[in-house]
Amino acid sequence: MALVDPKTAPGAATFPTEASWSDASKDLLCLTTGSWRTEKPIVVVEKCTYCGQCYLFCPTQCITPGETYFPIDLTYCKGCGICAKECPTQAIVMVADGDEADGSPADQT
Amino acid sequence: MEAQRTKPDPTPEQRRVITGNAAAAHAVRLCRPGVIATYPITPQSEVIETLENFHVNGTLDCEMIAVEGENSAQNIVCAAATAGERVFTATSSYGLVFMYDAMLQTAGYRAPVVMVNVNREPPGIHAVCSGQQDMIATRDSGWLQVIAETGQEIMDLVIMAYRLAEDDDIQLPIMVNYDGYYLSYLAEAISIPSQQAVDDFLAPLCAQPARPALRPGTGMGAGAHGLGTGFVELRRKHLLAMERAKDKFDEVDALFAADFGRTYGGQIECYRTDDAELVLVTSGSAVGTARTVIDAQRDAGIKVGLVKLRMFRPFPRQRLAAVLHGRQAIGVLDRSVAFGWDCGPIYQEIRALTPEIGIVPLLGYIDGLANMDIPKPHIETIVTDLAAAARGESRPPVSWLVAGA
Ligand code: SF4
Ligand code: SF4
Repeated sequence: MALVDPKTAPGAATFPTEASWSDASKDLLCLTTGSWRTEKPIVVVEKCTYCGQCYLFCPTQCITPGETYFPIDLTYCKGCGICAKECPTQAIVMVADGDEADGSPADQT
Repeated sequence: MEAQRTKPDPTPEQRRVITGNAAAAHAVRLCRPGVIATYPITPQSEVIETLENFHVNGTLDCEMIAVEGENSAQNIVCAAATAGERVFTATSSYGLVFMYDAMLQTAGYRAPVVMVNVNREPPGIHAVCSGQQDMIATRDSGWLQVIAETGQEIMDLVIMAYRLAEDDDIQLPIMVNYDGYYLSYLAEAISIPSQQAVDDFLAPLCAQPARPALRPGTGMGAGAHGLGTGFVELRRKHLLAMERAKDKFDEVDALFAADFGRTYGGQIECYRTDDAELVLVTSGSAVGTARTVIDAQRDAGIKVGLVKLRMFRPFPRQRLAAVLHGRQAIGVLDRSVAFGWDCGPIYQEIRALTPEIGIVPLLGYIDGLANMDIPKPHIETIVTDLAAAARGESRPPVSWLVAGA
């Protein structure tokens, strides 16, 4: 098989430079990790003590400080459940969500 | 590249008896890196200690970053290089292994990091346990890998490494390897070039088109888009840059010779190979012993020559095939093993050149593991074997030589 010429190969137009440089104001790799989710976190606001553990632990950093509790941006929440696990007052519950929800334990919540 | 720093006073050329580690440190000082991040590990520690001394006494003007481990060291120099700085780090054995994930990142970002790796066995029974297995374990990391034979060559190779890695056509990280103990700790008379000569040698790098750089407030991204086919594009470009690095290394060697009067042959050095019927290939400090034996065998009328492998990644396929083609027998001396192949890695890769070289006896020798000496009688055994194999006598494809056994 012939060698692929990087100038004409699929995707060859991606990088104008030798290395992986881009104009970050236009081309930033952006993954909507929310599409991965099979469960979503629900905050039971009355139980929240505003301790901030969920905010510190969320790996996608989609939890941000609100007025009285920590709202979750579901565009990026990947449904890992770490916030629910870490919350000292069980103020976050995971419920089935998304196309792949399959009736596993979370569906019965 | 930013304009050369002006602070340290230019130092004149001098000749001093110093260790290989000190030679590496002097070379780094002369190349004026902006950021150094290194964690100590035997037998490399003297490199960073010497650089710290230069930093304290004012002959090295740079950021010296104290890190808690090699993984951070590699991540820091990778980041500093993507911010446009000239950088340096040094390691050995487990330190190299501990930064492996970061090394893949550095290579993928095409960050021209210059790193010294003082070869030492992992696992090491004791600290100064020379052997090339650490370098071999990272052979597919996408880094350039070169190997020095002497303390003077360490000095010269580090300087050449900057010229090669930062070349606009290359933009790749480079690992300068030399044997622990034999080269790291033993001292020899070494020419330390003047600051002016090294500045002049590296000056063309500043005249190149500026590399993109990550700077606060500028909207540049590195590795921040292009999954899928973009990744394939980067891989292909990386492989092609590795291919270009071979001729470029020969070119850099020639430019170095013009400036400093010392030449090493680029990717490989051919020693008394012109009319050689038998050829031995090896690398590192073992080459010095091999030269002595080759000279004695030549005096005894045996037509044997030596090829010194200076570049392991990329592998000098074309130049090796050209010099090894048409010989009667070829021997390869390895200071490490290729797990899964029952031979040494240099032997393994030269075996892959059989279609170009032709089918002749190709004998592999594994020697000098775990800091064991490679003495003259071992090389003599190899030459005797090669002569016998060339006459049609049977010899095992791979033999283990052990000092004192
Ligand atoms: S489920 Fe995971 S990703 Fe979503 S908010 Fe909780 S910790 Fe963050
Ligand atoms: S961890 Fe629980 S209690 Fe603490 S802020 Fe988050 S939701 Fe509220």
